[in-house]
Amino acid sequence: MDKAERLQLFQMWFSDTIPHNKALGLQVIDARRGFASMRLEWRDELVGNPETGVLAGGPLTAMLDGCCGMAVATMLKEPMPFATLDLRIDYAKPATPGKAVIAEAECYRITSSVAFTRAFAHHGDAKDPIAAAAGTFMLGTKGQVTQAQSIGAETKI
Amino acid sequence: MSVLLERLAEVRKSGNVAQLAEAIPYARWMRIAPENGTGELLTRMRYHGDLIGNTFLPAIHGGTLGAMLEMAAIFHLLWETETETVPKIVNITVDYLRSARPVDVIASATVTKQGRRMVNVFAQAWQDDRSKPVATANAHFLVKSSDDAPPSL
Repeated sequence: MDKAERLQLFQMWFSDTIPHNKALGLQVIDARRGFASMRLEWRDELVGNPETGVLAGGPLTAMLDGCCGMAVATMLKEPMPFATLDLRIDYAKPATPGKAVIAEAECYRITSSVAFTRAFAHHGDAKDPIAAAAGTFMLGTKGQVTQAQSIGAETKI
Repeated sequence: MSVLLERLAEVRKSGNVAQLAEAIPYARWMRIAPENGTGELLTRMRYHGDLIGNTFLPAIHGGTLGAMLEMAAIFHLLWETETETVPKIVNITVDYLRSARPVDVIASATVTKQGRRMVNVFAQAWQDDRSKPVATANAHFLVKSSDDAPPSL
């Protein structure tokens, strides 16, 4: 499987078939072992302050949660259901109105029960972040495993 | 004066708190609005298909729970405190306690500490049973205007 095919699969299982990610219009731009990146286009409906056009915190929270979850999925050699345990977001500066936001997440440690992630959201320069996130995920939660949670095994990333 | 604060002044006269959400495009899109039918200010996120994060369970996307807890904290600060500026979020930590089913989510918020510039708010969200929260959050907000203050509303 080449990189383009792999990204297509990630796009399908992490955005197109997850209703809220699809509603936000999240685009997968990179995925490799322990790393995930997504892009969110600015649009009117996601604005928190109509006078400034600055994005609300919510779309960033949802995007960073999704991106951290995707980084976890790249680490799973066996399909396994997992769920966000906690998520901290630091809002470093307002997103610039009209500009797309890029999220980059790293899963830096995975145990049998918990995966640890960090992420940043920015406009193209990771050293100038809009938001920083730290998320932990509980592995082996109840329910059927989803395609998104099987992608590490499927792509042998 | 911001549109939201103007709206707040109108809502204080009319008593219809749901109008606060109408000034925020993201709140309208997400169908998140405050209500005070019981005398307590609560924030409701009306269930709709776009909130789903896991179609297998099915469960509401964790990001939307974080988003609605943040909105619940903001509505609480606007309505229950004498804020003269729109609160600016500094950070939020969300704990996910249970998977959220495809029905409405309701949240309450309380101020844990009110400082001159900074406020610490605790919020919790539930579905049918208030004693079984699906998520809780702690957030900090700047409530005094300053040019270098963090973002959001």
